[in-house]
Amino acid sequence: MTASSPTTPLLAIRGLRAAYGKIEALKGVDIEVGAGEIVALIGANGAGKSTLMMTVFGRPRARAGRIEYDGQDITGVPTHEIARLRIAQSPEGRRIFPRMSVAENLQMGADATNSSEADRASGLERIFNLFPRLKERMTQRGGTLSGGEQQMLAIGRALMSRPRLLMLDEPSLGLAPLIARQIFDAIRTLNRQDGLTVLIVEQNANHALKLAHRGYVMVNGLITLSGTGSELLQRPEIRAAYLEGGRRG
Amino acid sequence: MQTSRAPGVAFIFKKALISALVALVLFSLMIGVRTEAGSDGQLTYWTRFGDLAMMVATVFGGSIVVELLRQWWGPVGTVRVVPPQVTSALSLGARLVAPVLLIFTFLVPVIFYNERYILDLGILVLTYVMLGWGLNVVVGLAGLLDLGYVAFYAVGAYSYALLATNFGLSFWICLPLAGILAAFWGVLLGFPVLRLRGDYLAIVTLAFGEIIRLVLLNWQSVTGGPNGVTGIPRPTMFGIPLSPGDDGLAAMLRIEFSPTHRIVFLFYLILALALLTNWVTIRLRRLPIGRAWEALREDEVACRALGINTTTTKLTAFATGAMFGGLAGAFFATRQGFISPESFTFHESALVLAIVVLGGMGSQLGVALAALAMIGGFELFRGLDQYRMLVFGMAMVLLMIWRPRGLIGHRAPTVFLERNQAISSDLVKEGHG
Repeated sequence: MTASSPTTPLLAIRGLRAAYGKIEALKGVDIEVGAGEIVALIGANGAGKSTLMMTVFGRPRARAGRIEYDGQDITGVPTHEIARLRIAQSPEGRRIFPRMSVAENLQMGADATNSSEADRASGLERIFNLFPRLKERMTQRGGTLSGGEQQMLAIGRALMSRPRLLMLDEPSLGLAPLIARQIFDAIRTLNRQDGLTVLIVEQNANHALKLAHRGYVMVNGLITLSGTGSELLQRPEIRAAYLEGGRRG
Repeated sequence: MQTSRAPGVAFIFKKALISALVALVLFSLMIGVRTEAGSDGQLTYWTRFGDLAMMVATVFGGSIVVELLRQWWGPVGTVRVVPPQVTSALSLGARLVAPVLLIFTFLVPVIFYNERYILDLGILVLTYVMLGWGLNVVVGLAGLLDLGYVAFYAVGAYSYALLATNFGLSFWICLPLAGILAAFWGVLLGFPVLRLRGDYLAIVTLAFGEIIRLVLLNWQSVTGGPNGVTGIPRPTMFGIPLSPGDDGLAAMLRIEFSPTHRIVFLFYLILALALLTNWVTIRLRRLPIGRAWEALREDEVACRALGINTTTTKLTAFATGAMFGGLAGAFFATRQGFISPESFTFHESALVLAIVVLGGMGSQLGVALAALAMIGGFELFRGLDQYRMLVFGMAMVLLMIWRPRGLIGHRAPTVFLERNQAISSDLVKEGHG
């Protein structure tokens, strides 16, 4: 891991605006993710959370503002080159390759970054340690996995490029609480053991804020609140909007 | 695997009986009674109960066959009436299909040396096998629906024809040039359609195929228009012509000249070209570019997120597919000795696409079998005269019912983990999830 000074965040988003046609999805967003941090981005449907993640990857293009990664401006960099800067993404809805085997799915994660054979082997071992289930499923087609396993595969695939920053879009979407917890545990392990920086977009605010060091709340394309995870969990407006009634232990 | 059970048999008979009953009701008026206007315009009719009985019996028997086949190929858990010995023998047979077919193909000119018709048919089938394998890269692997594949076939054919007739270049120089030119046109088509998928892509590629054909038809000064290009030189065996003259191959080997030599040579030439296509495709599938094609077919957004340059991935797929089409086209030109835009209609594109789809998108063996069935089967049914298209259509419908993913819908994985298998097998036990 390359050392970056503590003052410069690994990912810094400043005044970011993005739109789909005339519909403005991001209206000037500021977010910072420090190296080694887990940052959660929570908000209701249509708040612009996923758009923010996609805009970091250049689709849609930012209309205004800056995206800095490791002190470098990556606002205009083509999508496929951003992944090579060791930013990995597990997109919304998992988007694994259904007709390809689990092994091939994982290999796809390593292909673009030109990783060596040794890197590939150690990457696989790391993923199998994290998700032993995937090892049993190696020859199976991706589409035949359960939802939880597909999410594990999507995260595993993203990890194959040995990222410094992992961006996860709703990893708990449509999963049973027990499986969702396993996914969150795995993210925590990755962060503690490997110092992986994680930006996680979630609707499951309770889980995400407990996991995260810091959190941002997004409403209608703007950041309305920010603070440490536990701080945000205590805020009455957060409790009212995202937690009450939907609370799971 | 479940063995045969009584309810299965009873069920099949019941179903066949119902089908036969429906057939009886339907056909009793359609076939059982024949009506016609008599000489004075009055209604005359007569009965054909023999024909009716035959139809009903056919439906009854056919229904049993259909049900047996369905159970045999059906989803896991259905009652299997076909004994397991038969299925295991069949699976062994399936594994042997490819090598046996290949050996047989190599021996065709030996076995059928004196049967010109079979050799010509073999060449035709192999041409379509090669076209199918070429289009398979674009449609089967990269998932880009290309309805204008014939354009590249035409580019290859005209490249060779024009280069050979105007500049006197030999076949072996023109062959790679035809491939390169077709690949270039593939990239040219690829650029405007980069953002298109599915239906929209199909329409644009369809138009592209027509544009190429219309240009060939109307650019009289270069292509000869509807008259085509005549007198395209025959291929030489690396400079040695296959002619009856003193410098010909026959004279050189001191054997009697026979026109069959050229046919046999053409047969092995297209076989070599087809096998080259197959070999390159298989190799590419194991490389990152081939994997990227398949991933592109599955999910373009995920591809981009993983750092795959979708632009170059699509363009290489178009270029590779087009190149093989161009090589096949050059072969077509040298074999025919005459080409005209008439040979490159949409019908050809549709035929090649049908071969790829029927074969099972992405399966090399499936495409070869489909080409054999489509081209060979078409010839086979020639004797059936007016029923030919009927039989053909029925075969297609049946295939789509039982094999909706094509003859060989299963795809072989390309990443294996033998070496890594031992790394952490102890972890598997902990894998309660």
